[in-house]
Amino acid sequence: MIGTLLKRDLAKFFPFAGGGASLPVMFFIAVAMLYPFAVGPDVNILSRTGGGVVWIAALLAAILPLEKLVASDIELGFFDQLRLRGLTEEMMMAVRLIAHWLSFGPPLILATFPTAALLAIDGPTLHLLLLGLLAGTPGLAAIGLMIAALTASLRAGAALSGLLMVPLALPILIFGAGALARQDGASLGFVAAISLGLVAMAPFAAGAAIKAAREV
Amino acid sequence: MQAQPPNPSLAPSLAASNLACRRGDRLLFRKLSFTLGEGDALHITGANGTGKTTLMRALAGFTTPFAGEVSREGELGLLDERPALDPDLPLGKALGFWNAVDGGGDPSQVYGKLGLSNLLEVPVRYLSTGQRKRAGLAALMGRSVPIWLLDEPLSGLDTAAIETVTRLIEGHVKGGGLALIASHQRLEIEGLQTLELGDYVPARAVEEEE
Repeated sequence: MIGTLLKRDLAKFFPFAGGGASLPVMFFIAVAMLYPFAVGPDVNILSRTGGGVVWIAALLAAILPLEKLVASDIELGFFDQLRLRGLTEEMMMAVRLIAHWLSFGPPLILATFPTAALLAIDGPTLHLLLLGLLAGTPGLAAIGLMIAALTASLRAGAALSGLLMVPLALPILIFGAGALARQDGASLGFVAAISLGLVAMAPFAAGAAIKAAREV
Repeated sequence: MQAQPPNPSLAPSLAASNLACRRGDRLLFRKLSFTLGEGDALHITGANGTGKTTLMRALAGFTTPFAGEVSREGELGLLDERPALDPDLPLGKALGFWNAVDGGGDPSQVYGKLGLSNLLEVPVRYLSTGQRKRAGLAALMGRSVPIWLLDEPLSGLDTAAIETVTRLIEGHVKGGGLALIASHQRLEIEGLQTLELGDYVPARAVEEEE
């Protein structure tokens, strides 16, 4: 049952599976592409600030899928029917978290290579950037899932979730982008630790949120 | 999770005792009690807004009733206005997901009975209300659970489909199942009991409406 659900969730959210799910990756590359036009083609500025731009682009790209992440399935009665089949909300949300991360984390990490070329990011920085995104995107996915579940029953939920994501993602951004400025991988440990905590918490928080959404 | 064959030693039952539900600040109904066992079918009637859907969701365990208790024996299936089928998928795939989850066998016989065989290639969002209703019923039947909660199962159905669905409910009940049907429409099922939810509306609310 879990496997069937994961397959369905992936089919729904994975890039290029249709339904505009590839938008976050396109958006991510588009931001990186626009940046040199905005600040000028100075290689020094680009390579010094490019890593930070990639992090901001990653954070913003993580906001895009939130609207459809939970709300549409509540409307469909999808979680209700799974509940009747004995699956807990926490398990549904854990599966959703995996599917959400798989559908934007790895594609974003792959898209970092062309992005790094556009922003003249050098080898060691790229190395730190990739490690940071690998450690940080699960945390971003977890925050996104919690927010999407909490705001699912609100009318202006989509706009609100974007706003809520920004402050909550700050710690990941600070430590992730900070590693680039100091050229030191130590703070990536913090990113991984924050991510781990968020990933452990998200299924329970999101599960409680969709349970509470029924009681209105 | 595999669909369990009905366990003969454990007859299905569904009971509510002194149940009261509210929506927001408004008490919808109170002091509602019934006991249903194997082979029982209960038709719940009531004007719009009396709380038929709220009752269904409380019985399914989705909401905590304001007062009273719900007890049941046996697995429960719910058909409401949201059949949980992905609107972008063709009907066959959307139903196939639930068939895979329930570990059911070949569903084509059920699809045939409900007149869905020709619709399997059609995306769910293009289906009419009645077709969607029948699709939801197909997903419910694939589970082979003893207790059926049906919220407006006949809405949007044409005359022929109403007859089919009525016979299916009757067959389910006769086969040792149990069904609760909330509907405005007349139901012709043998041995059907009726519960008028309007009789359980608190006195004050009635005065306010008049």
